[in-house]
Amino acid sequence: MKTEDIKQWIDERLSISTLAAMAQKKEVPVHRHSIWYYFGGMTLFLFTVQVATGILLLLYYRPSSDNAFESVQFIMTEVKFGWLIRSIHSWSANLMIATLFIHMFSVFFLRAYYPPREVTWLSGVFLLFIVVCFGFSGYLLPWNKLAFFATKVGTEIAGVVPIVGRPIMRFLRGGDDVTGATLTRFYGFHISVLPAAATAFIAVHVLLVQLHGMHVPAKYEHTYRKMKFFPNFILRDLIGWILAIGVLAVLAALFPWELGEKADAFAPAPAGIKPEWYFLFMFQTLKLIPAKVLGLDGEVLGIMAFNVVAMLLFIVPFVDRSPENRRRRMILNVAGVLALVYIVGMTIYGYVT
Amino acid sequence: MNRLQKIHSEKSWFQDVWRAHFVRVVHGRDARATFRVAVRLGIILAMFTLVPAQKKSSCIECHSKLEDTRLSAPAKLFDNDIHHARGLSCNNCHGGDPNADTKEGAKDPRKGYLGKPKTLDIPAYCGKCHSDATLMKKFNPSLRVDQEKEYYTSNHGKLLKAGEQRVATCISCHSVHGIRAITDPLSSVYPSNVAETCSKCHASADYMRGFGIPSDQYAKYKTSVHAKALYEKQDLSAPTCNDCHGNHGATPPGIASVANVCGQCHARQAELFQTSPHKAAFDQKQLGECITCHSNHAIAKPGDQLIGTQQGALCITCHTSGDKGFVAAGLMRSRIDELIGSIDRSTEILNRAERAGMEVSKPKFELKGATDALTHARVLIHSSSPAEVEKVVAPGLEAAGKGYQAGLGALAERSYRRKGLVVSLVFILFLATLVYLKVKQIEGRQAANAE
Repeated sequence: MKTEDIKQWIDERLSISTLAAMAQKKEVPVHRHSIWYYFGGMTLFLFTVQVATGILLLLYYRPSSDNAFESVQFIMTEVKFGWLIRSIHSWSANLMIATLFIHMFSVFFLRAYYPPREVTWLSGVFLLFIVVCFGFSGYLLPWNKLAFFATKVGTEIAGVVPIVGRPIMRFLRGGDDVTGATLTRFYGFHISVLPAAATAFIAVHVLLVQLHGMHVPAKYEHTYRKMKFFPNFILRDLIGWILAIGVLAVLAALFPWELGEKADAFAPAPAGIKPEWYFLFMFQTLKLIPAKVLGLDGEVLGIMAFNVVAMLLFIVPFVDRSPENRRRRMILNVAGVLALVYIVGMTIYGYVT
Repeated sequence: MNRLQKIHSEKSWFQDVWRAHFVRVVHGRDARATFRVAVRLGIILAMFTLVPAQKKSSCIECHSKLEDTRLSAPAKLFDNDIHHARGLSCNNCHGGDPNADTKEGAKDPRKGYLGKPKTLDIPAYCGKCHSDATLMKKFNPSLRVDQEKEYYTSNHGKLLKAGEQRVATCISCHSVHGIRAITDPLSSVYPSNVAETCSKCHASADYMRGFGIPSDQYAKYKTSVHAKALYEKQDLSAPTCNDCHGNHGATPPGIASVANVCGQCHARQAELFQTSPHKAAFDQKQLGECITCHSNHAIAKPGDQLIGTQQGALCITCHTSGDKGFVAAGLMRSRIDELIGSIDRSTEILNRAERAGMEVSKPKFELKGATDALTHARVLIHSSSPAEVEKVVAPGLEAAGKGYQAGLGALAERSYRRKGLVVSLVFILFLATLVYLKVKQIEGRQAANAE
């Protein structure tokens, strides 16, 4: 009787039974492409791994050019399971970006942005940029040589954008050069600004997914079956998450994330410096682009082109609004495949050269 | 006559233009003319100021046209000469009148014409300016003015004074007419060119025969560690001939001074040698201090094989089994070998751990304490004291030992991680299977209910 009383007390205040009833009612479409539904949840799970391991790293990390490297070294060698936490944080970040890309391309090709899901797509695009910023800012935090020069090159690229580039570069660096001020700034972005923004956008994104339900591609609109969200779908999600922990454990134990050498502003840049894999296709493009294209600075043109493509992502759901327009659908499909081939091709090319 | 000189000489053209415009401008009848006059005057003024004041030199004019290369070469070479760059001309050394249009006028003895100096007079000829502090200050206030004085303290200078004309004078090393600044890489006395310059005479057996000195110094020097640093590493601070022998006062250092000369760079080794028992023994036997073990021109890169009691070691040249020096040499070598072995073992295990993905940058950095100790020990052998060497070898061995332990620890940690991974994976797969079975059970029940 007492347990029942407690349940009732909680329910009166939190309406758990209403939420449970909603969860019982919620269904997920089952068809040939249902597998892609799991990547959104997987990205969210990896984000929670990032939050948890990030908080643990904060217990020891010291954000200054004098202490950052040493503190990460301390985490890797002295702190009990510190190596595991840091390696999982780094590996999980990379896996999260990979699953996010898969999620985005699957949504794109399955046209899950059709009305009324435009805002869901927009919030997703914002999340993509936030996650990329997470990657860029987090990469500098161990204050090692590679990170130092990658940040130098990365912020320099931002600096070549006409008019706004230079102020943006100075804002990111906290001065004219990459210094301890940049590290403190990136740390601030990484642990406060970006998590706050990510939480807000994730809340909107997940809420909208709940509101509109999962999109069913037109092809399967009349043939798809249904699966209960709770417990069927959520338990399948759980299997994926458990296996993801296994993958992270294997990667962290067999390939602990390297620390490298401490950053030295006066040392020459290491030969063959490359950014993280998710920036490599852009980096490789800027390397290949001629110095002058039609009288314009090649590098500026390349950066502007990437900016335009990024902006195009926002208008996708407003350009392609229904499966009726077959020609438009075909153009977008070709553009999507070309973008995918370009990203994969340039990334591989960047690694082998 | 070039265009500018032409403008200069055509005074009538200039006067006409000026007069014509002056009248109109003064009377204010033509505003555009005012502008044109200003522009033209500006151009003329700019041309006058831009044209360099070329001094006439009939010496260069005539000599450069002569067919006899012996006579035309000086005029051509002089273009690259540091004296030319400083605004000096032929007459500043040779006297005469460069403005004269005839050979007789230019070489007029009444105008101080000196002609080609005799070999014996060359130091004084150059010293006329280079020994004059007041004059040299005008060109280069930091330049020394004692070269001539120093030259006469050299073997070259002493022999020249005695009437020997085959010795080196200023022009033998610095060249003549095409003299470049010593900082110019094309200068014959630029650090990387000095040995070649000296070798022109000193590597010639025929030339040196009369002086009773060997001619293999250059060949030997080229095999030395110093030459490798200078030519292969392009290290301009590496010693060449003049760094040990002096330049203007070039002379062999002599047995008593060798340690001082080498000690200019190898200060610590020289200092330790002075306190070693070898000092008194070498003095007594009249042995050159550093060169007895390291040789002079053909100084090879020193290695640990030089010390000890094994075959090939230098110590056994003088010391025999059982004597104090023999024991000390054996002891120092064995401790250094021990340190090397310990460093190698630690480096190997730390590299292995690093390749396995373990974070060992800190112990690797701390291992530098051992390698520093090894470097220090190799220097301390110049004290010939096993006790001094031991003072650095012992902490070095300790640092290397710590590195080895850190490597062992890292490898043990790796193995612990792998075992932990296997246990974790078993648990993770078990959990995933449980959830999967649960899903199957639920779906089975749902299917049964649906039916």
